[in-house]
Amino acid sequence: MTEATIAPAEPTRRWWHYFTFCTDHKVIGIQYLVTSFVFYLIGGALAGVIRTELATPAPDFVSPELYNQVFTVHATVMIFLWIVPAGAALGNYLIPLMIGAKDMAFPALNAAAFWLIPPGGILLMASFLVGAPQAGWTSYPPLSLLTGKAGEFIWILSILLLGTSSILGAVNFMTTIWKMRISRMDFHSMPLFCWAMIAASALILISTPVLAAALILLAFDLIAGTQFFNPTGGGDPVVYQHMFWFYSHPAVYIMILPLFGAISEILPVHARKPIFGYRAIAYSSLIISFLGLIVWAHHMFTSGIPGWMRMFFMITTMIIAVPTGIKIFGWLGTIWGGKIALNSPMLFALGFISSFLIGGISGVMVASAPFDLHVHDTYFVVAHFHYVLFGGSVLGIFAAVYHWFPKMTGRMYNETWGRVHFVLTFIGLNLAFLPMHQLGLQGMNRRIALYDPKFQALNIVCTVGTYILAVSTVPFLINMIWSWAKGPKAVANPWQALTLEWQTSSPPPIENFHTTPVMTSGPYDYGLGRKKADFSFLKRKSIAPEAG
Amino acid sequence: MKIPSRITTLITTLIAGVLLAMVSLWYGQNHGLMPVEASQEAAAVDGLFNMMMTIATGLFLIVEGALVFAIVRFRRKPGDNTDGPPINGNVPLEILWTAIPALTVLVIGIYSFEVYNQMGGLDPMAAHDHPVADHNSMVAMREDVAVGLGASPAEQDKAPNLTIDVMGLQYAWTFTYPSGFVSGELHLPVGQDAQLNIKAQDVLHAFWLPEFRIKQDAIPGRVTELRFTPTRLGQYPVICAELCGAYHGAMVTQLFVQSQEDFDAWQAQQVAQGGAPAQVAVQPSEYLAPYSQEIGATAEAIAKLHHH
Repeated sequence: MTEATIAPAEPTRRWWHYFTFCTDHKVIGIQYLVTSFVFYLIGGALAGVIRTELATPAPDFVSPELYNQVFTVHATVMIFLWIVPAGAALGNYLIPLMIGAKDMAFPALNAAAFWLIPPGGILLMASFLVGAPQAGWTSYPPLSLLTGKAGEFIWILSILLLGTSSILGAVNFMTTIWKMRISRMDFHSMPLFCWAMIAASALILISTPVLAAALILLAFDLIAGTQFFNPTGGGDPVVYQHMFWFYSHPAVYIMILPLFGAISEILPVHARKPIFGYRAIAYSSLIISFLGLIVWAHHMFTSGIPGWMRMFFMITTMIIAVPTGIKIFGWLGTIWGGKIALNSPMLFALGFISSFLIGGISGVMVASAPFDLHVHDTYFVVAHFHYVLFGGSVLGIFAAVYHWFPKMTGRMYNETWGRVHFVLTFIGLNLAFLPMHQLGLQGMNRRIALYDPKFQALNIVCTVGTYILAVSTVPFLINMIWSWAKGPKAVANPWQALTLEWQTSSPPPIENFHTTPVMTSGPYDYGLGRKKADFSFLKRKSIAPEAG
Repeated sequence: MKIPSRITTLITTLIAGVLLAMVSLWYGQNHGLMPVEASQEAAAVDGLFNMMMTIATGLFLIVEGALVFAIVRFRRKPGDNTDGPPINGNVPLEILWTAIPALTVLVIGIYSFEVYNQMGGLDPMAAHDHPVADHNSMVAMREDVAVGLGASPAEQDKAPNLTIDVMGLQYAWTFTYPSGFVSGELHLPVGQDAQLNIKAQDVLHAFWLPEFRIKQDAIPGRVTELRFTPTRLGQYPVICAELCGAYHGAMVTQLFVQSQEDFDAWQAQQVAQGGAPAQVAVQPSEYLAPYSQEIGATAEAIAKLHHH
């Protein structure tokens, strides 16, 4: 993509920079990624508590009160401290590099956005000391006003901090992509990841303030005795649900769109073929973003909304299947006829397509209001969103981490352990979440510490799957830590990719490019003979990202 | 004799397509994932679900099949360092795979709309046909909005055979029958059109009958409703599906669908006993018995509610 010469590595950041208020977008990206991964481990440990409790029908592992705290914090951590910031991590690290910029538009704001996350996370964890919130991550009043009040208030403060961080990040992504592309890069020669980040950032900017408003009103009800949502004084709990889901449905797209973007980058590189239908994939992100704003009440089909409204939100929700389908078919078209290197990033990317598909199909099912009357608030829905958020977002994050690991660290990861990680993750996720569909259909509701013994067999399968997922993080962690410290040095462009981030050294110097980058090809111009894939580096000692 | 590869491909594709259709149709009808159907509404929902399962199976097999085929067939050969063909897209193909999902969701949408209408979800009178005066609840009831399932289009001019007031509270359901007695379990006559007016005393609950495929939240300050017709004798769980506190999982009671004679006898017995604490019918499932004190679903507690 550019002819920039690659100079010997200039002095880059030292380790302690990563613990400071550093305004370098690459440092901030890695700060986001490592922080969010720590919270992923915490959220995963909480999931382990949940599944251990549910291995038996009786509430015998933790008390029912503690169980409710655990699943409330599990969901909050996984959403607000893992997947959302991990998407921001990729946006931070990749956007300036992909568009040939030296940094983000507002570097100090960017650092400020990151540094809101650790206090938000620590605050949330500290709520366990006074009794964590027990009303679920949805925090519906009146329950949220009656149980675990101190924890509930801490939860609100924490989400306000994390939401602010998210908004500041989105302002930066939007402005940077809009204003700082190198001169020859117009919107239609921009990497698809940037399109996806525009779509996700628009959702953050439009919907997060509404969540903040809802939570501030909820806080008043909680501590000042106002009656916005409290029915004892004429308040309306259903209004809270509308405001909450006006953010929290788009939040699903905030969590999946950056990974849609990452997958659109990873597939062409490792299949050695242009993306299939660039414009369709780019525009479908925007369509998903727009439609994502008008589907929120499908979370409320059994709540206090009239029939016509249930039908309206049913139809808008179903329409989202169309742009999503365009992406999945476009990705299949991309790998079809290509030369697929089945390495760790590609395995996770293909795993993403295959599991996200299941979440997408069950998504159309739960969109159907009459069917949702049966499965709403059951394990069918739990299965559905774990296929979207784990099978989709989390596998996407892993694909991205493996793909950009050489760029971020300047070293190669170990391919064998990457594959072991994938196999364990894929088996674990399907064991943990597939049986939940049947549990929900058969009559098991969610958020319960004790259940009818007739459901025990399938619950044990889910619990075993969760333990396999716990084990799967071990090879990943060892691989990442060891490779980052001692792994073989990576060349500037180990995958022979065409996007701009690969046209500078690994890791890139402080202002990203040694000379001003110039676009010499489109981001996905594979097979045009401009640049033959060169896998000769594979033969070098101890660097073997893909053998077959 | 050498068969041209194009014909082989065509035949293989055809056979695969027929097999795919057969497997999808078979699985859509025989997935066995749903519990028994015990209401008219359940039959309608299951018809819809079977159709969606048929499409889902077909779509799943096509996409996962294409994915696995591509991984096997288009795997990079060792030593091959060239790129794939520079294909940037194919507009007719892209239009096709936009149009097919669009048509599919259109069909599912229309079918869902029709089922929802048949279940009474769009009953225009549902909002007006039961003025509310509730003295038990600690909150003022809003009388303008009622939501849930009303009368099916065929029954819209007809009053339900039986109307019962349902109250959800941590962690029990109470059922107030027209003759005034309160029960902790629900009894309904088979084949009779029943309407439940659902309220909540403290926090949100959701009234769910898995074998009937219907659910409606109970919302403090509002009345919601479910109108349905049981079609099968038996005992079914009544489950709270909206998180309502620590013992949410224990908020389960029973629905008995009885013959008209048995129902009348039960009702007469309840009236005769006048709701005295010892006689309030509460029969928690065996697995919940150890928690009956925590969940407050005892005969005494429910009878006390009645005498507020």
